[in-house]
Amino acid sequence: MFSTQQSCWFIRKVICWRAAASIAWAVLLLPPVTAVFVILSRFSLLHPIHTISGLSPLIHSEVLTCEAVLCTKLTPLFYLQNASPFIPTIACSKIALLGQLLHPRQFVNSSAHCIMGIIVAWCCAVTIGGRYETIGYPCTHSDGSTHMCLNEYHLILLLAGAFVGFSHSLLGVIHNMNFVSFHTVQQYKYLRFKGSLPLVVKCSATQALYSVRNYVVVYFFLGYIPKAWICKTLNLHLNSSIHPLDSIAGLLDLSLLYHLWISATFLLFTWYITLLLFRIFVTEVYNFPVQSSFTEEAHQCLPKVLTDKEPMILKFLALQDLALLSQHSPSRRCEVFSLSQPGGHPHNWNAISRECLSLLADLTQRLVAYHDTVATNGRAKSLSTGSERKTSSETSVTSGTEDLMSPRPTLMMKTPASVFARSIVGGPQSPLTAPFTPDLDSPFASPSLRRLTAPVEQCSPWHGTVQSPHVMRRVPKLWSTSTDSQANGSPPPSPASVASPQQQTSKPSLLAQFLQNRKEQVKHFLAKRVLIMYLFNKLPEASSQALFADSQAHIWALEGRRRWWTSLFSLDVDRTSQPQQCSLCPIISSSYRHFKLPHASSKPLRSASSMGDPTYKTLRFALRATLKTAIYRITTTFGDHLNAVQMSAEHRKRLQQFVEYKD
Amino acid sequence: MCSLALFPAPLPDGQTTLCESNNELLSGSDAEERPKQVRSTQPQELSPLSLFFPRESLKLHSRTESSSRAAFLDHSETLWMRSAAAWWDTHTHTHTHTHTHTHNCLSNIGLFEDYIIRAATVSRRLLDYSTFSALFTFCVARSDCVVRAFAWHPHTDKFAVALLDDSIKIYNPKSATTPTLKHRLQRSVAAVQWKPLCASALAVACQNCVLVWHVDPCSLSTRPSSGCAQVLSHPGHSPVTSIAWSPSGSLLASASPMDTAVMVWDVAAESCVPLQRVGGGGVTFLSWSPDGSHVLAPTPSALFRVWETRMWTCERWPCVKGRCQSGCWSPDGSRLLFTVQGETVIYALTFTDAPAGISTGTSKGPQAAAVVADLSETSFNTAHGDVIVGGEIQSLAWDPRGERLAVLLKGDPQAADRPAIIAVFKTRTNPVFELLPCGFVQGEADAEPRLMQFHPSFQHGALLTVCWSSGRITHVPFYFLSAGVPHFGLSGSPLLPRPQERCSALANQSLFTEMIS
Repeated sequence: MFSTQQSCWFIRKVICWRAAASIAWAVLLLPPVTAVFVILSRFSLLHPIHTISGLSPLIHSEVLTCEAVLCTKLTPLFYLQNASPFIPTIACSKIALLGQLLHPRQFVNSSAHCIMGIIVAWCCAVTIGGRYETIGYPCTHSDGSTHMCLNEYHLILLLAGAFVGFSHSLLGVIHNMNFVSFHTVQQYKYLRFKGSLPLVVKCSATQALYSVRNYVVVYFFLGYIPKAWICKTLNLHLNSSIHPLDSIAGLLDLSLLYHLWISATFLLFTWYITLLLFRIFVTEVYNFPVQSSFTEEAHQCLPKVLTDKEPMILKFLALQDLALLSQHSPSRRCEVFSLSQPGGHPHNWNAISRECLSLLADLTQRLVAYHDTVATNGRAKSLSTGSERKTSSETSVTSGTEDLMSPRPTLMMKTPASVFARSIVGGPQSPLTAPFTPDLDSPFASPSLRRLTAPVEQCSPWHGTVQSPHVMRRVPKLWSTSTDSQANGSPPPSPASVASPQQQTSKPSLLAQFLQNRKEQVKHFLAKRVLIMYLFNKLPEASSQALFADSQAHIWALEGRRRWWTSLFSLDVDRTSQPQQCSLCPIISSSYRHFKLPHASSKPLRSASSMGDPTYKTLRFALRATLKTAIYRITTTFGDHLNAVQMSAEHRKRLQQFVEYKD
Repeated sequence: MCSLALFPAPLPDGQTTLCESNNELLSGSDAEERPKQVRSTQPQELSPLSLFFPRESLKLHSRTESSSRAAFLDHSETLWMRSAAAWWDTHTHTHTHTHTHTHNCLSNIGLFEDYIIRAATVSRRLLDYSTFSALFTFCVARSDCVVRAFAWHPHTDKFAVALLDDSIKIYNPKSATTPTLKHRLQRSVAAVQWKPLCASALAVACQNCVLVWHVDPCSLSTRPSSGCAQVLSHPGHSPVTSIAWSPSGSLLASASPMDTAVMVWDVAAESCVPLQRVGGGGVTFLSWSPDGSHVLAPTPSALFRVWETRMWTCERWPCVKGRCQSGCWSPDGSRLLFTVQGETVIYALTFTDAPAGISTGTSKGPQAAAVVADLSETSFNTAHGDVIVGGEIQSLAWDPRGERLAVLLKGDPQAADRPAIIAVFKTRTNPVFELLPCGFVQGEADAEPRLMQFHPSFQHGALLTVCWSSGRITHVPFYFLSAGVPHFGLSGSPLLPRPQERCSALANQSLFTEMIS
């Protein structure tokens, strides 16, 4: 995230320091955490006094552990740098998730985690001491000769570290652990940390428990492979007089299980605490100056910063500051409304207002595009479910035009996913993958290609059609209640078939038609295979989540704007008519996108104990609630003045419902 | 300084307070026989529903509780909790039983409360939840009041009533349907509140969770399915007895007397942030200031907190005598009135924002609370003998314009001449804070006020809704022209120009005037 954007002043001056501070705190917290670990690892239930008296010579091992764990601290940050942490990466189909897990970057990430896990586990082994301390020990064979034998206890601990690291990195991808959400409740950093600390302890303990359980099962079945390999490379022997650990009797050693669990907890806790501190520091509110008297600082002011597309963090923090400023700080609000000295234009206000409006317009446009691509059941319209109901000829026409309308070279250039997916599955699926690729976020798309920067191009497989006039013509139709075909369950006419004039103008050649038919056959063949359908079927919930992945920005934009309007209204009435007029319509329209969303009401399952932040799953609900609140705020504040605003009859009808508190 | 001495005498038995008009409280023996001048001043379109819930109309599970409770023990509680609850049940049941027979249960509420609070601090959790929960809400004696909670919608004329059988009914004068909300988790409802700036969302404080119902106002269904309710629960946060929406509708705070943390919910995301502070041992109720900047959170001990909502830090306010019993905010959020258990006075705290320019975000609070009213016992000579009014204060309510303050006085149910009564003050917040006497609001002969709330958006003054112990819900309008608020399209006729020799002598005597230093 910030390695590519070093040039930005904000990254240099703020984010780097915040990251450094979070790391510093994580390092400072390490000695007490290690001390607790040492005490817990040496604790023996039967001799509590002995535990305490045995602690004094442990200081040096603790120092050693601290130093070793220090380097592992950098792993999560490396991990965080990989993706833009403010927009979750949501896999829209099983194959996309698989692609994410098998991506080379993820492979590097996992191996780094494995190595760090092994290092920490080695430290743990040394700290715990006793039978875990070394990998080899001298043993006497039955014939009396002495050899170096493999200490399986040491090995099992090291492998456990590797396993926990690996599963941590896998779960990080699945649970979107690198996603950083912004809290609605602002608290001081220390209080936030204090509040989240019990959660982190709980999460690491439970996660370690699950990991150890899985690890024990894996070791029971596959433990002999690393054991034999280590013995061979290090020229060690297996002590046949000692019971092997990859047996039921060996693994049922409670003390061993406890040590495995406590080591895994320690490892996860150090990672989680770094993650937590990073989240807390990086999402801290930053106060941007509204206007500056020095021209060289003009680019750091709020109106200028808001219009910047990159980096993402800057945009998010600026919007957050905007929303909070509109709420809490009257003096800075006055600065926003101040008029420029020669001319008397509210430049600050204009810039902020324009940016908020364009954000909301983006969202509206994206929702329109999304609605055109999905059927009423929320799945991709053309193939996955629609093909059963449609006749085959219709399907071929649809996909044919689709191919024509979205030229493949463009598609591949935009989403490297399809290239990669083809190499996984093999064969000529590129026409198949095109409609199945997660529409909004291809898992391999670089963060710079994210939607906020280019919201329109990546919205749908039909990149070209979004801007086409018929979609724009269809827009008012979606808002009407009577003519909407989606309401009564029948699939709406696909945009491709509506766009028949375009198809006729460019008639495909005979060869192209033949190729098209071949493709269709392959597609049909593949569509009948259950496994492939399972992998490629879009998860409707996920695509809905992906659509609203960056909605936090829109929520702030809405909240900010709503508060600005109302404060403007209290200042003077005349100036407000203009912003009202231009901004109410997009709000209403985009809200109606929401209410019609097929999966808008399906609630995600809540994972109780996971460090992954599930907030992204509910962003659309938050956005909907914010929209409704914003409209109600507008109707209560402006009241009868709304009648003076020009808008279409349908909009007025909708608005009237809000005025009467009927929605 | 005794404030009640300047009040007009309470009404004789059989008379009920109908409304305030022309600066005077009007009474009648029956609600139907309204004086003519009331009719003339009263706008015609307004007729809030008066409801009556006789106790017999509800199928109450409290009747069968002692017999069939064992078969339906709550299995979400642990075995230890269940045995403790059972132990408590058997003990309290006999206790309550005997007392109910000797005299009205109300008299023992104070005793019960003290006992339970003490027990709670000694051994937390060893309590029956419903007993505990029932005692900490505004409704003093649940044993004789069918209405557990009441909430006006902040923008429209509909309201929600939570009944003793844990169902919630929503009444809307514009609609014929009255939806009844029932949910598996909706037990021991202690509070309900509508979400501001929203037509449909209603938060309900239940035993183990907070339910947020989304009741579609256009729907014709009388029994919305439980799928319309969001369940917000957090381990250890039960029983929830108080909830408060932020005035912007974005956050919901919930509190429990058994949990030291106040939960601040992001309802859409169903995520919560616990605000934990050491000391106090629970939070008895919550009140969000109308400007959204502060939240009052009293604890069961002699300590209450005032949270500011920008960075969620809190000020600690230790009380000398007892716990903070009740509190309310002025409409601009700058002034907090509160009462302390065991005292008969109303205190005020003034919060001023930091001067503009210094955007520290924290508001500098006052150093000590000022006494604004003393409601100690005062005897009135009426035709039916002496009536003593005053004493401890149960709850406070301030109307949204800041012109009327209703104070619910506990009274003493053992003595017939010391009834529970609502005293209403006229208040003025600008330019200085002033209290003036207005009068007493009384209901039917045997009914005592239990809950009261002002209508949040009454056009013609203030509308006080009172839930009586008899199960009746009545509305007392106070017609006045607000001094501070401009009047858009007031349909009521102007006040009759009538000389008021009788009242003016009393009414113009200010009880409390803030000193500007």
